[in-house]
Amino acid sequence: MVGAMGPLYGALLGQDVASYLQHLAISLIIWTFISGLINEAGTAFVGAEGYIKQVALPLSVHIFRLIAKNVVMLAHNALIIVVVLIFLPPAHWRDVWLFPLGLLLVLGNLFWISLLLAVLSTRFRDIPQLVTNIVQVAFFLSPIIWKASMLGPKNRFVADFNPLYHFIEVIRAPLLGEPIHAISWIVTVSLLVLGSIVAFLVFARLRARVPYWL
Amino acid sequence: MAVIQAHNLVVEFPIYSFTGHRSFKKSLLNLATGGILAKDAANRVVVRALDNLNFEFHEGDRVGLIGSNGSGKSTLLQVLAGIYEPVAGDLKVEGRITSMLGITLGMDAEVTGVENIYLRGRLMGLSRQQIDAMVDDIADFAGIGDFLNLPMRTYSSGMAMRLAFAVATSVDADIILMDEWLSVGDAEFVQKAKAKLTQMVDKARLVVIASHNHAMIKDQCNIILTLEHGKIVSTQRTDSTS
Repeated sequence: MVGAMGPLYGALLGQDVASYLQHLAISLIIWTFISGLINEAGTAFVGAEGYIKQVALPLSVHIFRLIAKNVVMLAHNALIIVVVLIFLPPAHWRDVWLFPLGLLLVLGNLFWISLLLAVLSTRFRDIPQLVTNIVQVAFFLSPIIWKASMLGPKNRFVADFNPLYHFIEVIRAPLLGEPIHAISWIVTVSLLVLGSIVAFLVFARLRARVPYWL
Repeated sequence: MAVIQAHNLVVEFPIYSFTGHRSFKKSLLNLATGGILAKDAANRVVVRALDNLNFEFHEGDRVGLIGSNGSGKSTLLQVLAGIYEPVAGDLKVEGRITSMLGITLGMDAEVTGVENIYLRGRLMGLSRQQIDAMVDDIADFAGIGDFLNLPMRTYSSGMAMRLAFAVATSVDADIILMDEWLSVGDAEFVQKAKAKLTQMVDKARLVVIASHNHAMIKDQCNIILTLEHGKIVSTQRTDSTS
């Protein structure tokens, strides 16, 4: 995918092929991970019906299973990132230590998102389809095949108001040696805190109903 | 201490099969239009599976649940196992529960017998270290030899059941929940399994069995609850055993 899209879109968007390829490879892999997890979250409980109805496990187990599975898949794909970074090294390696931190913050965010989606999708079975559509649109609205810097100051809000942009940015920017805007950290951390509270309250209220809804 | 206490325990299952009940879009539409456009989603049907149950089991009790199909025996076991939380009423369970419901759950046909022992053990709430200590005994009891190192898809169904049974009966339990007396394997193994299960049940502090086998229940239990349509219609105490 990277090989096919890289040169074409690089040329279309008038970008330097090397730097665009680097951007695209890393962005696509991060996006595959985030979107895959969100898309699957709706079936986390529905798909584990057999378990939920026969063993009294904490429901979070199924969310952790989902995340573990997707992290393993990310680790496989991450090999491409390594290869890209060897042949097209980033501007500098100074910030690379921020990468695990960014990944951890995004994982935390994905946890509450998945928990919320899993609970609600158990009750309302059309939510997964709804989510799939939203994720598909989000792919085009987020700076994956394009860069936020192409937007220009006037259109910058398209990226800034998109939480997914900040999620991708805190993982991607340290790898590319690009400066990370403070706003990306602020959004990622505040969403983690706020989202966790909301998800916790919803989960606390609806947890007992989940087996009945299956 | 092992105690199970229920006070006015109620379990109701919502029935969502009617159009729109499970749709977020329709529910939203419903909310926005005050139920004019879509049919009222709040008007849902429920099935009362357990109706105001009151009982108290103590250490040493052997409880038998009998009743026709659909009387609520299995649901009651699931409630005791902590799968369904009561919709109303109180349930107090003291002691560690070992459930014999679905003993093959979580087994993976693609991985080896040994790995399946770990999978099952983890699902039963054991730690990796605890399983490390038990794995040889389990393998020994299952008696399937070198098959243990082969993927489970190469097993006959009887062998898979023997392995599942060996894991399920390898723990010391406070409270055992069982849906029908487990019986697996060929003639020889059935005897071995029966002895092992009897030994496990004897060691447990409290046992609840649901069964259609009245003779076995009379033989094993000192409390017999008869359920009908989710209600307890009779409670017999025969303090002959234990």
